[in-house]
This record gives sequence, C-alpha cells and structure tokens, in this order.
Amino acid sequence: MSKIHLTDLPMNKAGKVISLNCSGPIRRRLLDLGIVNKTKIMPVLKSPSGDPTAFLVRGSIIALRKEDASLIDVEI
Amino acid sequence: MLHGICKHNNKNFLLVDIPGTYSLMSNSQEEEIARNYICFGNPDTTVIILDATCIEKNLNLVFQTLEITNKVVVCVNLLDEAKKKNIEVNLKKLSELLGVPVVGTIARKPKTLKNLLDTIYNVCCDKIVCSPKKIKYYPIIEDCILMLSSDVQKILPVSKQYLTRWICLKLIDRDDSIIDSIENAFGIKLLTDEVLLKLDEIKKLLEKNDITKNNLKDKIVSSIVFTAEDICNEVVSYKRSGYHNRDRKIDKILTSKKFGIPIMILFLGVIFWITITGANYPSQVLSDFFGYIQEKLLYFFSYIHAPDWVSGILIEGMYQTVTWVISVMLPPMAIFFPLFTILEDLGYLPRIAFNLDNYFKKACTTGKQALTMCMGFGCNAAGVVGCRIINSPRERLIAILTNSFVPCNGRFPFLITIASIFIGSIATGIGASILSTICVLFVILLGIYLTLLISKILSKTILKGVPSSFILELPPYRKPQIGKVIVRSLFDRTLYVLGRAISVAAPVGIIIWLFANINIGNLSILSYIANFLDPFAKLMGLDGYILTAFILGLPANEIVLPIILMSYMAKGSLVNLEDTYMIGNILVQNGWTILTAINVMLFTLLHFPCSTTLLTIKKETGSWKWMFISFLLPTVCGIVLCMCTTFLYNLIV
Repeated sequence: MSKIHLTDLPMNKAGKVISLNCSGPIRRRLLDLGIVNKTKIMPVLKSPSGDPTAFLVRGSIIALRKEDASLIDVEI
Repeated sequence: MLHGICKHNNKNFLLVDIPGTYSLMSNSQEEEIARNYICFGNPDTTVIILDATCIEKNLNLVFQTLEITNKVVVCVNLLDEAKKKNIEVNLKKLSELLGVPVVGTIARKPKTLKNLLDTIYNVCCDKIVCSPKKIKYYPIIEDCILMLSSDVQKILPVSKQYLTRWICLKLIDRDDSIIDSIENAFGIKLLTDEVLLKLDEIKKLLEKNDITKNNLKDKIVSSIVFTAEDICNEVVSYKRSGYHNRDRKIDKILTSKKFGIPIMILFLGVIFWITITGANYPSQVLSDFFGYIQEKLLYFFSYIHAPDWVSGILIEGMYQTVTWVISVMLPPMAIFFPLFTILEDLGYLPRIAFNLDNYFKKACTTGKQALTMCMGFGCNAAGVVGCRIINSPRERLIAILTNSFVPCNGRFPFLITIASIFIGSIATGIGASILSTICVLFVILLGIYLTLLISKILSKTILKGVPSSFILELPPYRKPQIGKVIVRSLFDRTLYVLGRAISVAAPVGIIIWLFANINIGNLSILSYIANFLDPFAKLMGLDGYILTAFILGLPANEIVLPIILMSYMAKGSLVNLEDTYMIGNILVQNGWTILTAINVMLFTLLHFPCSTTLLTIKKETGSWKWMFISFLLPTVCGIVLCMCTTFLYNLIV
C-alpha cells in the first residue's frame, strides 16, 4: 500500500481515496459526487492536451483538472 | 423554471421542473433554487427522476430530498438504456429501502408514464403515505441532533415539524445561508439564546470527538454516500461487468490526442455543409412561392384602386421584408437546429468541454464555458442563461460577456448566404458548398479563438483571477430520439425564433419603406441616414446601408440581410427577385466586393448582441454596466477587425 496523488495514478489502474486535501466549494463538489474516503477511483481518459483527466468513480465518468486531482490522495 | 400542466384522473397537475442538480447542499445558485422550492414552495409531491444506469450517484440527491420533504415519488427512468447495459434494478426493494413509492419508466414510451401519474396522484391525495427512511449518521452526530430537537420542535410551526431533523443538522453544521432562508420563509427565529447555548455545548462535544467544522460535512456526506452504496448493492445487479465498455471505446476516439479536435471540427463542418446544401432548394421554392403571391397581391391592390402608398407600405415594405426573412432564414434554421440538437442529445457537448478545457484554463476560465459557448450557437440569450452552470461568479461573468462571440442561429443563415454567394461561387458543383463550409467554419473558429482571447484579456484586467476548479461529468452516450428532436427543435426553437424575427421584421419593413420613400429635399430619409453613416462605414469596408441594417437589426439579427436588400431595392435599383441567386446580383450592383463580403461576415460575427440577449445579460448580471460592456466588447472588436482587413486589402489591391 503506498500513498500517491491521484494525478500520479497510472491510466486504467484503480486506487482508493484516502484523503481530500482541499476545502470549501470544491471539497463539497467532490463529496457530492461520492468521492469520499475508501472510494474506488480510476483514470480512464485523457483530453487531447493531456489535461484534464476523466476518472471512473461510482459508475460515472468525472473529469478533473490536474490542479484539482492533485488534491486527492489515493492508495494503491 | 419551466413548468407544464397535465390532467389526470380529472385533476389538474402543475408540474414544475426544478434545475437539475447533484445535491441540495447549495453549491450553486441552481441547487439553492431547487432546495428552496422543495422546502418552501409547498409542492404537493416532489418527483425525483433517477437515471437507471447510475442509481448510486443519484441516491445522494434522493436522501437529501427525503430530509426536507415527506411526499416524494422516486421515478427510475431510462430502464431501456439500463437493460441494454445489462443493469437490473429491483424497484420493489428500492421502494422498501427508501420508504417512498418507486416507479420505473421509459420516458420515450408514453404508456410507461401512466403509472407514474397514478402514483403522483395517490401521493398527492394521501392514498399512499410515504414514510421516508432517514440517513443514520455517526452516533455522535445523532446525539447532537437529539440534544437540539426538542428546542427546534418548539420553534417550528406545527405543519413543519417534519423538518426538525434536517434543521438540527443544519444548525450543527452552522450553515448560515440555509438558516437565514428558513427563518425568513417561516417567520421564525431559530438562533434563540437557548439554541445558541446548546450549540456551544454541541461544538465542545464534537471537538472532543475530533469533529471540527472542516470534517463535519465530510462525515455527514460520507454517511449518505455509504448508505447509497449499500442500497445500490442490494437493488442493482449487473449481469455483466464492464458495462460501459462501448462508451469508453467511443470516448477514446472522440477525445484522443490525434483525432479529438479534428473530429470536433469535422462534426461542425458536416453540420454546416448539410445546412448549406440542404437550404438552397427550399429557400428557392419559398421565394418563388412568396413572389407568386406578391404578384397576385399587387394585382389585387390595383384592382381595388388602393393608393400607391398603401400597397407600398403593405407589400413592398411589410410583406416583402417578412417573406424575405422566412425564405432566407427559415430553411437553414430548420436544418441546423435539429442537427445541432441531435449532437446535444447524443451527449457530445460535454466531450467538447473536455477537449477544450485546457485552452479555457490557459485563458484563466473554466471548461464549462465551452458548454455555454456551444449553447450560444443555438441562441446567445439561451447561452447567457446557461452560464448559471458555472459556479465561480468571475468565470460566469466572463462566459456571459463573451457568449456573443460565437454566431447564433439568427446569424448563421446570413453567414451561410454571404459565404455561398461570394466565396462558394469561386468553385463550381460540390466544390462550391465545400468552399462555403470552410469559409463559415473559419469564421466560427475565429469566433472561438476570440472568445478565448477576450476571456484571457478580461481575466488579466477587469475580471482578475485564477481559474477555479473544474469538475465535469461525462454522461453516458444516448441514442437521440430523432423524431422528437425534429419536432422539438422545429417548434420550440425554430418557429419561436422565426416568430420573433417576423414580429420585428414587419414593423421594421414598414419603417424602411417609409424611410426610403419619404423625401426631404432630393433625398430620402434612408439615404440621409446611410450617407451620414457612410464615411465611417467605408473605413470598415462596408457602406452606410449595411451599417443602418445592422443597427435596425438590433431586435433580431435575422432581419439584417433582408433590410440590406430592401434598402438597396427601395433605393431605386429595380430588380425583380426571382430566386435566391439574385441576392448576389443586387449586392454586386450595389458595389459589394469580396472585401465587403468578408467584412460583413466579420461584422456579423462581431457586433452588439441582439436586444433579447442584452436584456438577458442585464437580468443575469443584475447590472447595466455589464450589459453595456457586453455591447461594446464585440462591437469594438468587429470595428477594429474590419478596419484592419480594409486597410490590408487596400494595401494589396
């Protein structure tokens, strides 16, 4: 088990959320999407320019910018 | 908010559509509106529509709704899509677990909706009593709720007792905006001395358990999320795993590094090409038809010995302008709107936002602006309203101000006509339509480029700031309902827009005719105005009549080209318009060159938004200042750009 930023998670490899290092509206948005502790998350798509990346979370596809994804820590 | 009325079991139902949300925790204006409506609007029943293909995510909203209202019907829609993806939902079990009725529907099959209406009817007249299950929060939070509830119960009116639990939770969370709105809506004071005392106690108790303001919300939300997860595990079964493989494969292509952007441009190009080639023939038929009627009308007027000015105002003024608007503008609109709506229904627009986000990030704004920009292609006023989806006020304002940098449906036909006449005519056959398409595409790409550039300039000057977070969902692809799309886009959009254009075109037609035929000295009023604007217009490579038309076209962009033609014809060059190709002749006779055509296209792209859009901007921003800026921004850009091209053209030629 190692802790990495969500941005460092390789494509199509699932990780488990361990902490959200942000506060305010963005934290609330992430929580609303069901991104809470222990949630499985997996990068599945990259936009043509490499950023943002889309993640598979709880059956839906959510796109996050690099800046925002780096606020999420996951373990693999 | 959109609403509709329907009749069922001899009762009239008023259905109000509240903005689509993920949550009621009011992260955005829309969520606040939704929450307030459910909470304070006293709906008889709240219907929550879930997507059967992603129940789990939607359950979040269900639980939050169950906290603020008792009467709920859960409708699980898109059962057909779910079936295709081998997802099975146990509706009975779901209903048991939620404590409210659950109805399955396939919205495209109207007969599945009867059951929904029956259930709504039964809940409204208390034939079905809901006993919604509440979320069990962490024990310590439950303790806190218990500590507060007797005090809150005392304050709340009898009819609102069911809100006790929710209000306690909000008090513990100290969500002041919600507390304020509750106090205002019910005319009560929640934060009494007693309650404040209890809250202090609670705060200490929570802190002892390592719960602070920061992680309290996390705990609350996690409880909801985990409950949703558990319920989902019980009621949803996937017969085969990896059910969105098909979507992922499509996404891989549509957002790929190599093809993502080219495919986007190709899609847009194909839509324009179909519009350009498809619109020609119906345009001509319509114009022939109206011409035929016009002849008969003229004959009739002379038969009843109507004075010349009467037939002038009514036929040459009003009738002609209105029929021009219809024959030139209707066919392209009627083709473009449905095609664009199909793209929208497929779920492609969020992919555009995904593809373009990085460019918007560089312009210091959000990728969602790509979505509102796309809405602008349909109608800028709609695009401006659509900007509500953007959470950051700064980015929202930028998106509003730059929305008219993409041509709306009222301006497309104009662009297309000019492109076909002046650019397309360089080639022949299929080459002509392809060349016109490329030309229109170029104008649009210029519009997109300027949207980004102006956004960046705004971000660096009057609307300083860093890009905020960007969270966007890429929804599953859906098969569009072609028939419905055509009907909807034709009636809701095309005819609406056309109706507006006609209602403006009729009076403007009369004014133009009067201006052109009332002489002061040797010159008509129209010539005076045009001559007055002419020197400035010439600097922009246009002429006074064109500029007059743009100004008169403020209420609706659709009428600009008809006004230009009307003015030229009223000026005395007697041309009998037999078909749309004659438009080119009139324009050339009145001194149009390739430069005029290019500048007219540029100015069509870049000039003040129509009055409807301006008023919408005023409404959405609540300030005349931003409306004024949104008027000036594209206009100044357009004037400068036209002057540049004119200068360059004169240097070369």
